[in-house]
Amino acid sequence: MSEETDTLQDLADQKYKYGFVSEIESDFAPKGLNEDVIRFISAKKDEPDWLLQYRLDAYRRWLTLEEPTWAKLDYPKIDFQDAYYYAAPKSDSDKPKSIDDVDPELLRVYEKLGIPLHEQEVLAGVEQRKVAVDAVFDSVSVVTTFKEELGKVGVIFCPISEALKTHPELVKQYLGTVVPASDNFYATLNAAVFSEGSFVYIPPGVRCPMELSTYFRINAAKSGQFERTLIIADKGSYVSYLEGCTAPQRDENQLHAAVVELIAMEDAEIKYSTVQNWYPGDENGKGGIYNFVTKRGDCRGDRSKISWTQVETGSAITWKYPSCVLRGDNSVGEFYSIAIANNYQQADTGTKMLHLGKNTSSRIISKGISAGKAQNTYRGLVSIHAKADGARNFTQCDSLLLGDQCGAHTVPYIQSRNPKAILEHEATTSKISDDQLFYCLSRGIPTEEAVALIVNGFCREVLQQLPMEFAVEAQKLVGISLEGSVG
Amino acid sequence: MLEIKDLHVNVFGKEILKGLSLTVPPGEVHAIMGPNGAGKSTTSYTLAGRAGYEVTGGEIDFYGEDVTALSPEERAAKGIFLAFQYPMEIPGVSTMNFLKTAMNAQAKLRNEPELDAAQFLRTVRAAAKELNISEDMLKRPLNVGFSGGEKKRNETLQMALLKPKLAILDEMDSGLDIDALKLVAEGVNKLRAPDRSFLVITHYQRLLDYIVPDVIHILAGGKIVMSGDKSLALQLEENGYDAVINKAA
Ligand SMILES: Nc1ncnc2c1ncn2[C@@H]1O[C@H](COP(=O)(O)OP(=O)(O)O)[C@@H](O)[C@H]1O
Ligand SMILES: [Mg+2]
Repeated sequence: MSEETDTLQDLADQKYKYGFVSEIESDFAPKGLNEDVIRFISAKKDEPDWLLQYRLDAYRRWLTLEEPTWAKLDYPKIDFQDAYYYAAPKSDSDKPKSIDDVDPELLRVYEKLGIPLHEQEVLAGVEQRKVAVDAVFDSVSVVTTFKEELGKVGVIFCPISEALKTHPELVKQYLGTVVPASDNFYATLNAAVFSEGSFVYIPPGVRCPMELSTYFRINAAKSGQFERTLIIADKGSYVSYLEGCTAPQRDENQLHAAVVELIAMEDAEIKYSTVQNWYPGDENGKGGIYNFVTKRGDCRGDRSKISWTQVETGSAITWKYPSCVLRGDNSVGEFYSIAIANNYQQADTGTKMLHLGKNTSSRIISKGISAGKAQNTYRGLVSIHAKADGARNFTQCDSLLLGDQCGAHTVPYIQSRNPKAILEHEATTSKISDDQLFYCLSRGIPTEEAVALIVNGFCREVLQQLPMEFAVEAQKLVGISLEGSVG
Repeated sequence: MLEIKDLHVNVFGKEILKGLSLTVPPGEVHAIMGPNGAGKSTTSYTLAGRAGYEVTGGEIDFYGEDVTALSPEERAAKGIFLAFQYPMEIPGVSTMNFLKTAMNAQAKLRNEPELDAAQFLRTVRAAAKELNISEDMLKRPLNVGFSGGEKKRNETLQMALLKPKLAILDEMDSGLDIDALKLVAEGVNKLRAPDRSFLVITHYQRLLDYIVPDVIHILAGGKIVMSGDKSLALQLEENGYDAVINKAA
């Protein structure tokens, strides 16, 4: 596609500015899913035998599973044979590469997305703070920046396919230990066909010297993306990681089924932020990404901490419950979420906090915004095991409705086997009132800006959790996602 | 210069203003007084352009331009400011952020450059100090948990920063004790200027002891029934609305 048609498409849909399609020649696995396709993927990645076996076992198990239907989501049955499970730019050679080896066409895509792949570049508007980037395009990683600099302090940050070659023992030791291949329908599917994602290892006592981030881009038509991310923070280490995602605007739905596993050892802390901006479909509900994601963090060591922050603005369907297993004594789990559903988007998202260790504490702050004809559900579980003396949870779920054709639902599950646990739950539902809106207008603030301002205020506690590098972008995204939602 | 000519306004299908006419020249302070339900707030909302306040007849001329078809934000950019009887709370949005958004939005509508960050801070701090508004209050979410006095001081602060040509004060005195009232009135008086006019709307004459008007209008039954100098307020205070209005009729 020429630059001109790109521009036209950009103009046609200002609201989703990442909706452009890039004409990149790709290699595909044969369409559909069977053992041969899995062997194809594994061979493409030149994987060890144990991993092929892991995939095949998962696939055989997946064949016996049914899609979960308990979420408040309504969509036509997915034909899993009508998709490509592997798509990679032809120019991609399979070895680790430097930026100079990357196809200039691909570089242009990232330039358009505003993602810095040159180490001397910095994110727009941010002074002198480095952010390492792993750029995943369909089923492969294009490039990973700052690997050398990170390597000096022992931090490993690379595509998982590369880690399988350079640190096979680490991957083998941890892969599937937080989200087992048998976990659920989509996690099992992911275990069978996963293609790319990032691998992070922070050695004991190291504070990762920069933000790490992975940008996922689905480009090829009719292809699914099956991201697999594994982050290990060894004793006393710290890392802040951000995941971003975009996809072209297409009329058909595309599947994204990711698995993310986090492991925090003694005294370690992982801060995982997501700005999810997959194509949400058009205003009539046509197209958009189906996002079925299993994210779980294991606070394996005492006094460890895992904090999830998510800003979910994209996707036609979001099915996502980033969770924490609070195994270590005195470990801490946090979940901060903004979920925006506009037009015909449907979001069913929340978290699970499983308190196993003593004095474990968790905090859940969920902000759901519904507009248009969207449905937005918070679904969360707080589970306190018998031995979790001194466990405590605080949950706050706030819903904001724009208009009267959308829905907000709060479904909190609480299971406590320890009578001494302290559990607090607060929930509110509100609307942007005409009074508030008029107050802003009368000060000269136009409607869309006023809505963005009020919604950003509503989300403030969560936005504050984002790394500074991404907070501004996220605030803008909140405004853009709601454009046209108030008359 | 504000010229309201034979204004008819329907609110939810009911005619509330029935031929209101009023002229406020630049630099003057006019008061509108009237009993509860007379249409005072309706007048202020209509001037500010609130949706649902349907102008069925007459016009509102502002410096020679009929503004009845303009949106509220366009009117704001032209210099019409309404200090609300009940200022709205906006959770999570700091007062500082709100002020900046409003000032930049108006600059944009007027094709003027936005203020740079340092200049903005200096301007806000100076204006806040005049009104005894603390740095802490500027950081708190707009009007959330503010006392009555704080809310009205905040309205005055917004007025000071947005520098309107016409400021409409709707029941500025409601919910204020005497000290808070004095502070707000002092703030307003400092903003009096030859190119700025005020429309002070109030039920009680008390406010007019502190913000002394050039002209007082009495609004009843959806129109101005009587206008006069500040002694009119004292007559109202002594004899009550009914007596004064009946005498006028
Ligand atoms: N939103 C509304 N819906 C219906 N009637 C209204 C509404 N707002 C005001 N009114 C009516 O309009 C009249 C004037 O009200 P208002 O302008 O608030 O009077 P004032 O400010 O002088 O007390 C009253 O009779 C009131 O009941
Ligand atoms: Mg009133």
